[in-house]
Amino acid sequence: MNYHWNWGIFLEQVKGGDETYLDWLLTGFGWTVAVSLSAWVIALTLGILFGLLRTVPSKALVALATAWVELFRNIPLLVQMFLWFFVVPELLPADWGLWVKQELPAKEFFTATICLGLFTSSRVAEQVRAGIQALPRGQLMAGLAMGLTLPQTYRYVLLPTALRMVVPPLTSEFMNVFKNSSVAFAIGVMELTFQARQMQEDSEQGIETFLAVTLLYFICAFTANRIMAVIETRTRIPGTIAGQH
Amino acid sequence: MHGDFDFSVLADSLPFLWTGLQFTLKLTIVAMLGGIALGTLLALARLSPFAMLAKAASWYVNIMRSIPLVMVILWFFLVIPLLTGQPMGAENSALVTFTLFEAAFYCEIMRAGIQSVARGQVAAGYALGFTYSQNMRLVILPQAFRNMVPVLLTQTIVLFQDTSLVYAIGAKDLLKAAEVAGKNYNRPVEMVIFAAVIYFVVCYSLSFVVKRLQQRYAIKR
Repeated sequence: MNYHWNWGIFLEQVKGGDETYLDWLLTGFGWTVAVSLSAWVIALTLGILFGLLRTVPSKALVALATAWVELFRNIPLLVQMFLWFFVVPELLPADWGLWVKQELPAKEFFTATICLGLFTSSRVAEQVRAGIQALPRGQLMAGLAMGLTLPQTYRYVLLPTALRMVVPPLTSEFMNVFKNSSVAFAIGVMELTFQARQMQEDSEQGIETFLAVTLLYFICAFTANRIMAVIETRTRIPGTIAGQH
Repeated sequence: MHGDFDFSVLADSLPFLWTGLQFTLKLTIVAMLGGIALGTLLALARLSPFAMLAKAASWYVNIMRSIPLVMVILWFFLVIPLLTGQPMGAENSALVTFTLFEAAFYCEIMRAGIQSVARGQVAAGYALGFTYSQNMRLVILPQAFRNMVPVLLTQTIVLFQDTSLVYAIGAKDLLKAAEVAGKNYNRPVEMVIFAAVIYFVVCYSLSFVVKRLQQRYAIKR
């Protein structure tokens, strides 16, 4: 194996610029975190909404929510990125499309965030639906019998327990958001994977580059995991197997 | 060119797109079969009484599962030629990468499957005088596999979607073929939509099959 190791590469200047390779990677790290966290906010909001819509008594709403989940689950994330980036601006009214294509600042970032957010929302929705359906049926009936309206029953009776039950599966979804944000390189978001490819070509020190980037992804996933573990402990439901101690 | 879609170019580019889809399917099938075989071995290793073996297997699985697939694809594309000393095409590199990567995921499914088999079955097998490998081959794995068929298929749907990520190393799969055809005919938008439709149809039909299988194999309570 003929490989010329050079661990000092990170502090060297990039070709034709006054930044170091470390600057590139840190910029990438920043974009990765920004895309992932913003997408996670979208995913949680829409995921909870569509997840609960899949359990309501209205057939039309259930069909709508099911269509939402199936649409975003059955197309590869990368293809969805291209759809949002190349196709959606064509479908908008002409002057909006032009604005998106030419004037929207940081359009790669917004496109990737929306795309990843909606993609993840379909996964969150499935977890939330499973959480609500795992509740005893009596909870809904009891809520309605108390004179609460259906939205009130969801707000005060069903969601508070259902959401606390699905924290563990949501932990893996939260970690997946960071991993999946790597796909955003394809539409030109300057996140970690983008920077990794750029630095590998520029410096020809592929192994050092990829090791550093892989480590940064580990840090993201590990931090996400710890944050969710804290939330999980705090929100355990007393009286369940998980909440006994 | 706003709004005036022209899908007539699709007909001319169908043979080209078909070669792309063929690679996508080949990659899916190779990685599924290789991944399930290797994943089952990994699962046996994780459940084995030899601590070193179990530890090594669980490290492999956990590392693979915590790195983004795009990075894994880039890693293998970079490292395989360094190890073998000769360049490897993007397509072959993808076949190796996906098999090894998916093995980690199939391993966890098979492990859950093996653990779902009733304890008495293991004891019964040994009581009949089976060796470890006979017991696994003839008693435990067939049941584990059967229990996990829907989950294995769901993972294969995920795998089918993930193959599009070979875009990162330029392998010619369905998505890449659509992109190239889009450039050649100057109709990128139509081609992306067409690729999306194919992915959707395949995944949606497969998940329908999974749903039916789940109903059929569901444990009756």
